Amino acid sequence: MAGLAASFGSGAMTNAMGELETTDAIFIIGSNTATTHPLVATRIFRAIEKGAKLIVADPRKNQIAGFADLYIRHKPGTDVALLNGMMKVIMEKGLADEKFIAQNTEEFDAFKQGIDNFTVEEASEICSVSVKDIEALAKMYGEADRASIVYCMGITQHTNGVNNVKSLANLSMLTGNIGKIGTGVNPLRGQNNVQGACDMGGLPNVYTGYQPVTLGAANKKFAQAWGVDQLPTNIGLTIPEMFAGIENDEVKALWVMGENPVVSDPDADHVKKVLKKVELLIVQDIFLTPTAKLADVVLPGVSFAEKDGTFANTERRVMRVRKAIDPVGDSRQDWEIIQEISNRFGFEMNYDSPEDIFNEIASLTPSYGGISYERLEGVGLQWPCPTREHPGTPFLHKDGKFTRGKGLFHAITYNPPAEVIDDEYPFWMTTGRVYAHYHTGTMTRNSKSLDFEIPEGFLEINPVDAQNLDICDGHQIKMASRRGEIVTKIMITDRVDPGVVFMPFHFEETNVNKLTNPAYDPIAKIPELKVCAVKLEKA
Amino acid sequence: MDYRNTLTTCTYCGCGCNLFLESLDGKLTHTTPCKTSPVNEGKLCIKGWNVHQFVQSEKRLNKPLLRKDGKLTEVSWDEALDFTVSKLKEIKEANGSDSVGFFASAKVTNEENYLMQKFARAAIGTNSVDHCARL
Repeated sequence: MAGLAASFGSGAMTNAMGELETTDAIFIIGSNTATTHPLVATRIFRAIEKGAKLIVADPRKNQIAGFADLYIRHKPGTDVALLNGMMKVIMEKGLADEKFIAQNTEEFDAFKQGIDNFTVEEASEICSVSVKDIEALAKMYGEADRASIVYCMGITQHTNGVNNVKSLANLSMLTGNIGKIGTGVNPLRGQNNVQGACDMGGLPNVYTGYQPVTLGAANKKFAQAWGVDQLPTNIGLTIPEMFAGIENDEVKALWVMGENPVVSDPDADHVKKVLKKVELLIVQDIFLTPTAKLADVVLPGVSFAEKDGTFANTERRVMRVRKAIDPVGDSRQDWEIIQEISNRFGFEMNYDSPEDIFNEIASLTPSYGGISYERLEGVGLQWPCPTREHPGTPFLHKDGKFTRGKGLFHAITYNPPAEVIDDEYPFWMTTGRVYAHYHTGTMTRNSKSLDFEIPEGFLEINPVDAQNLDICDGHQIKMASRRGEIVTKIMITDRVDPGVVFMPFHFEETNVNKLTNPAYDPIAKIPELKVCAVKLEKA
Repeated sequence: MDYRNTLTTCTYCGCGCNLFLESLDGKLTHTTPCKTSPVNEGKLCIKGWNVHQFVQSEKRLNKPLLRKDGKLTEVSWDEALDFTVSKLKEIKEANGSDSVGFFASAKVTNEENYLMQKFARAAIGTNSVDHCARL
């Protein structure tokens, strides 16, 4: 999101999901859409039926790549080189939208200079993709009347994640595919309310609606509304920084609500060590997750089916969550747990319902200002929705009027991933999801039907590599990185190239995040979960 | 017989499909997609169709747990909350506001995330609030 915020002024999906049906070309990069966002994939399938071209670039030939007019298999972590190569072709073939660039953007010359110094042949070499394919890719996207970019964690979970996103923003501005229906740069959010958690200030640098904690006006406004003399103005710690803080004895207490970092975060053995070290670990969850097992105190909250509230989806649509059944056992509403702790701590809260809390959010958050529970009956509302009369905003940056004023081009050069293959660790390893499971599996693996579909983890490996290792489908293999090792079943498939392996991260018994690299993007602080170097051995 | 059909939003991915949770006498029985939803237009994925299944799993936590002699032990809410609050106070007083960190969540509601960051910033006095948007 940091990349999009820098380019456009707003870090969110620029267009609505339904608009994918109205586009002429869809470029998916680093998203296993049919598996991770099936209902977005539905729109894409409909667009194909209506004649849209589908382009997929991904190191792994995922399901939706099977439907693509053009599939590009570039090497893991080489996205910037691929995109720069593509933009080089677009400029050479005269497919750039010069009018849009002149009217609505800035810093184009610096960007152009960077591209001028780069060749398609270099891109081809770095990515292991033919010049012909890069040209075809550029033409298919560049010649479309309206083209839409869809991306996900395959773009962001890299040490170059922000550069990857800025490159996609460059691509959309270069061709004028932004600020119109059926265009845009669309990050698919992986979690049901990741957009909402960001909107609500669940970040170390902002209050609700991305109002900076460092800014005098917002700081004062919140202090006054919350009835305190002052609020901290220093930017807080991100998750990897909190872990580092525990190691240097600066962070002593951690309150984890509804997250499972032992399974979701890179270098799992290290995460475990850190969580064991912290003096006070409070875990609020619905299951005794591997993270909760390390806690000093576990507070049982409730699932979505037992609560009222709102979620914001990937297209910024705020929608109601409604209580269907009473809390299980002696578990309590999560908002009541926080309120009770706050009152006992000496900071008074007396909300009588989630709606009461929501009204306070709306009163302090311009982008949510016009939203109320009453208005959310029906189809929900897409923020920004500043007033009671405002209909919500399906797509951002209308007519090239970017949130930040003008769209900002960035000159981006290719850098390799933090860890590259060598003689000792000769395989590229990448991670992702499978269709029947979700994130750390806490919920889906407790669902009978879904557990039946895929009960255990597995490693995808190319037939050539399997033959060289003398190992059969379904057999066990030992996989190790510089950080840890696991033993797992293998699945032989040409979804991955020789030299590349893929593993889903839902399974705590075969926790692939013991191996992943915690090195992170310097700006977004997103770890490089999508590329590391591993070695394989018959188990 | 108390049969209910509750319109809500799926808890899995960022699509945010609208669905009905069917319950009979307080027990979830089925999930059906909402036809008028602009997001999913009457469709669901395999995870969505089965989203009711984990909710009343036997493995759900139903009592607070406190570590006693190295073991997580069932305790009353009062005991769990008292322990939490007294330790938070003790740590804040001894080490300052920034010695406390918070993981908000991409899984809970807007209202709950709002309340957690409000507690962190206004009561504890730290901006160290983050969540797994990065993962």
